[in-house]
Amino acid sequence: MSNIVWLIPLFPLLGTLLNALFGRWIDRKAHWVAVPALGCSFLLSCAVFLKVWQGETFTGDLFPWIQAGSFRTSVTALVDPLSAVMLLVVTGVGFLIHVYSVGYMHGDPGYARFFTYLNFFVFSMVMLVLAGNFLVLYVFWEAVGLCSYLLIGFWYTRRSAADAGKKAFIVNRVGDFGFGLGVMYLWVALGTLDYGEVFARIGALSPTTATVIALLLFMGACGKSAQLPLHTWLPDAMEGPTPVSALIHAATMVTAGVYMVARSHALFERSGVALDVVAWVGGITALFAATIALAQTDIKRVLAYSTISQLGYMFAGVGVGAYAAAIFHLVTHAFFKALLFLGAGSVIHAQAGEQDLRKMGGLAPRMMATTVTFLVGAAGLAGLPPFAGFFSKDEILASSYHRGPLALWALLLIGAFLTAVYVFRVVFLAFFGAPRMPKEVAQHVHESPLVMTVPLGVLALLTAVAGAVGIPSAHGMAFARFVSPVFPLPEGVDHGGLSAYALLVLSVVAATAGVLLAWLVYRGRPVRAEAIGRPRNRLHALVLNKYYVDELYDAVFVRPTLRAAGFCARTLDLGVVDGAVNGVGRLVVGWARSMRALQTGYVMNYAMATLAGAVAIVGFLLWR
Amino acid sequence: MMGHVLSIVTFLPALGAVGVALLPRGRAALVRWCGFLVAAATFAVSLLLYVGFDARDPGYQFVEQARWMPSFGISYHLGIDGISLLLVLLTTFLSAVALLSSWRAIEGRVKEFAVSMLFLETGMLGVFVSLDLFLFYVFWEAMLIPMYLVIGVWGGPARIYAAIKFILYTLAGSVLMLVAILVLYFQHGGATGNYTFDLPVLARYVVPRGVEVWLFLAFALAFAIKVPMFPFHTWLPDAHVEAPTAGSVLLAGVLLKMGTYGFLRFCLPLFPAASLAFAPWIFALALVGIIYGAWVSMVQPDLKKLVAYSSVSHLGFVVLGLFTLTPQGLVGGIIQMVNHGLSTGALFLLVGVLYERRHTRLIADFGGLWKVVPAFSVLFLIVSLSSLGLPGLNGFVGEFLILVGAFAWASQAAAGPSAYLVPVLASSGIIFAAIYMLWMYQRVCFGEIAHDANRGLRDLTPREWAVLLPVLLFIFWIGVYPRPFTGMTEASAQALIAQVRSKAAAAAAAHPRVSRADGEAIAGVGGR
Repeated sequence: MSNIVWLIPLFPLLGTLLNALFGRWIDRKAHWVAVPALGCSFLLSCAVFLKVWQGETFTGDLFPWIQAGSFRTSVTALVDPLSAVMLLVVTGVGFLIHVYSVGYMHGDPGYARFFTYLNFFVFSMVMLVLAGNFLVLYVFWEAVGLCSYLLIGFWYTRRSAADAGKKAFIVNRVGDFGFGLGVMYLWVALGTLDYGEVFARIGALSPTTATVIALLLFMGACGKSAQLPLHTWLPDAMEGPTPVSALIHAATMVTAGVYMVARSHALFERSGVALDVVAWVGGITALFAATIALAQTDIKRVLAYSTISQLGYMFAGVGVGAYAAAIFHLVTHAFFKALLFLGAGSVIHAQAGEQDLRKMGGLAPRMMATTVTFLVGAAGLAGLPPFAGFFSKDEILASSYHRGPLALWALLLIGAFLTAVYVFRVVFLAFFGAPRMPKEVAQHVHESPLVMTVPLGVLALLTAVAGAVGIPSAHGMAFARFVSPVFPLPEGVDHGGLSAYALLVLSVVAATAGVLLAWLVYRGRPVRAEAIGRPRNRLHALVLNKYYVDELYDAVFVRPTLRAAGFCARTLDLGVVDGAVNGVGRLVVGWARSMRALQTGYVMNYAMATLAGAVAIVGFLLWR
Repeated sequence: MMGHVLSIVTFLPALGAVGVALLPRGRAALVRWCGFLVAAATFAVSLLLYVGFDARDPGYQFVEQARWMPSFGISYHLGIDGISLLLVLLTTFLSAVALLSSWRAIEGRVKEFAVSMLFLETGMLGVFVSLDLFLFYVFWEAMLIPMYLVIGVWGGPARIYAAIKFILYTLAGSVLMLVAILVLYFQHGGATGNYTFDLPVLARYVVPRGVEVWLFLAFALAFAIKVPMFPFHTWLPDAHVEAPTAGSVLLAGVLLKMGTYGFLRFCLPLFPAASLAFAPWIFALALVGIIYGAWVSMVQPDLKKLVAYSSVSHLGFVVLGLFTLTPQGLVGGIIQMVNHGLSTGALFLLVGVLYERRHTRLIADFGGLWKVVPAFSVLFLIVSLSSLGLPGLNGFVGEFLILVGAFAWASQAAAGPSAYLVPVLASSGIIFAAIYMLWMYQRVCFGEIAHDANRGLRDLTPREWAVLLPVLLFIFWIGVYPRPFTGMTEASAQALIAQVRSKAAAAAAAHPRVSRADGEAIAGVGGR
């Protein structure tokens, strides 16, 4: 069985190699390599999932990797319910997005290059999920970052795209700086990086050490999953093609941080403090990003901030120990957020690349398939029953109420309300009301081809039904039972306070109120294009400008670093260090030049000097 | 023949140089082919070393010893262990690559160039295989002359300044080393009655503490200049900018490694107690080098200068790893020497490709190259990523092991928790590396084509592919499956650590007045 596991990443890797080496000739047919490769991976993932369903877990050992002294690591895999679920999401959603890309990227000059990168991403992501130890995790953690860099900057002639790619890589490197240190510290503390061994020996760590390691690892998660304060790269990452935003920057890669924290929950629990940090960072980010999403005018940026916010929910869930709920939300979010991004892509595609909500409106009649599926996605995100997001988000809210501080739950509840507001703001601004785009654009608005709408349909279906596995029952929800080998089911203690039923009603009320508010503001009266995205007051300006975090980082980190670098290069290096070297050289030359005056060539002078020397020596001897 | 394979590898290039010198002057193509074939043959023969090397044996292998000047205790003593094996292979490999890369770049005095390069190769190999201090010193100095010529004759506009700076700076360091070698010779002779320059014999001798410090400093200065460590690095950017591509490749790829190799082969085993005592200072300089080099790289307008300063940063990592005296740090350091040779060598080759077409190396003169020369851009990207330490490519393996070694060192250091600053500060170097490499790459390859002169650029020629592909092969190989490389060095690295530790402990026992901190430093050296 473990041999089959290795085939899952092998197919996309082969696809990558084929398109990379022969892309010049394959060109327009690149999808005939890339899409089947993913199809195979998906089918194999299903097979593996069924095996795991039957209760099997397995580990695989491919080859020894970095080894020196007692540092011994190999390329290993671990397949348990958690990785099986992740595999399904990555290859399944990945497959749908590959299919969608065939239509979306049609005619792009970099068609083969696009599928090369996309296949390579899936390969890396599958390996990240399969990894059986922290080092392999770290390797593919950086590899997916590379794919992200390449795909954000896919349209490299655009300055903004290249900048955004670089920013993503560097911000992630800041996170990975912590992640790498955490991995090293873990090894120094426990002498192993293998998941199984680490978690078995976790009791040997002092809580302080565990806290330091866990927080270092979490730093990496903040980078990868765009949590405060390392979230700034994700909105800019929307420069990439929309399928990339859907796959990498919504459904899969950005959830790697959540996966990692959930995977190492034993470590975080050993610390305790670290879990609280995770919960609070998640909760604050959830609300923080939701407020920004309220005001953005770019349809993809709204969704990007929404992703940051939803990832915050997942971290809040993990932080209060509701691992199964967090991973369940990860799965449903992958469905409805991929759906929303792909729907947005369909809208952008229909309007010849327009992403500005101010220039949309009234698309519904011309794009029924996109509109309906987008509505399903919006309902899923807003957490309206019976869509998937309702079950998963409610589970997190309930857990935070029962196990976390009340303030955290309040943050998340307000966030849920805002979520419904911003996503239905997008729905109403884009699909309903009077069209605000120029006439010539309006005439060409069309529904996307089947190759794009079918993936939308499948994702909409998943969004509609996936909630079923999360329906709470007497035995706990089905999903939690499936992953219970990894995350033990919480004991059924009644915590008092509001009942589960009351919490359910509260979150439905919050979501519905949000939808209603959006309806009142954006449908209750005619929308003027110029009124959107113009600051009405200080608070609005603050949100519109994303709390000026980018400007702050620019002033505090970017410019001082460049100034310091410039000072080092020009003043210090050329002036002081090299100046000293050349100064020594000049000193020697100058001294030699002054000595040259002595070399007159007159025998008389030399004889005089000799005489003076002799007198001095004799005098010295006598005097002594 | 196997008995003399080390001599053959070392002197084959010199022999070839004599042969090339006898070729008729006008036949440039013939000279180029012959020069390259000699280097390629040397590489092929050197592979025998890899095949015949016993990785489990930590001692010297392929040893050759012959009487040379017995009255002075000088012998012709060659041998390699896991520390020098990879460096020998790196030298033969990069020499062949460098010669092939220079076919278009070098147009005048083709024959003299090939002869210089081949003599240079023998000099470099000699440094890595000598087990006699006198012989080592001869090679160490002899190698300067051809490099001096390569920079001074075939270099850029300011070549004379750069060449003189290079040779004077290096000489200043090595003169002190010569004095130290002689002091060691007399000290050892006086104490044991055996006057010898033989390294394995001298390495068993515990130098008296007062003398040891000075000898260590003299050796360390010579090596620090060669590495180059901050603040002795300013000859490097000048030399690189002026040297022709092939010269830069060997300068960065091999010559700098002589400094780090010197620390490993001479400073640590000959003067272990002093090495340990000075380790904090070395760490400080290495850390400054890592961060300072990266910062200075960030704002360089010239591609070659950027790569040159990045070398200061990378070599800082290597020195850091070596002085942690942990298996991870040592193996990582040795692998990183090879990695830096490959990655930086490849970067210089790629910059050379651009220079041959545009006769400029200013970043501002490029932009949007991906559109014109996609194959070049892809290779450039891979090499840049390898240089910034992306996992899966070679640079990561070395850097990560070095940092693990630094962490292991910190966890046992006498200095307490503040010792963790060493791995933490060093790790920050990987952030800066990403900044300067990606920013440079973006300005060269991304964006619209900013200069019309770049529109008609030709993508890589078959010869350039032939130059770059082998380097790329190793970049991937070491990154994905480093065992064949790390496995070769491990036994020798472990043995060296054991030797240093036992010798330092012996020195501490012999000098009971050693301070407590020193004793702890000695006892606390990485047991992992």
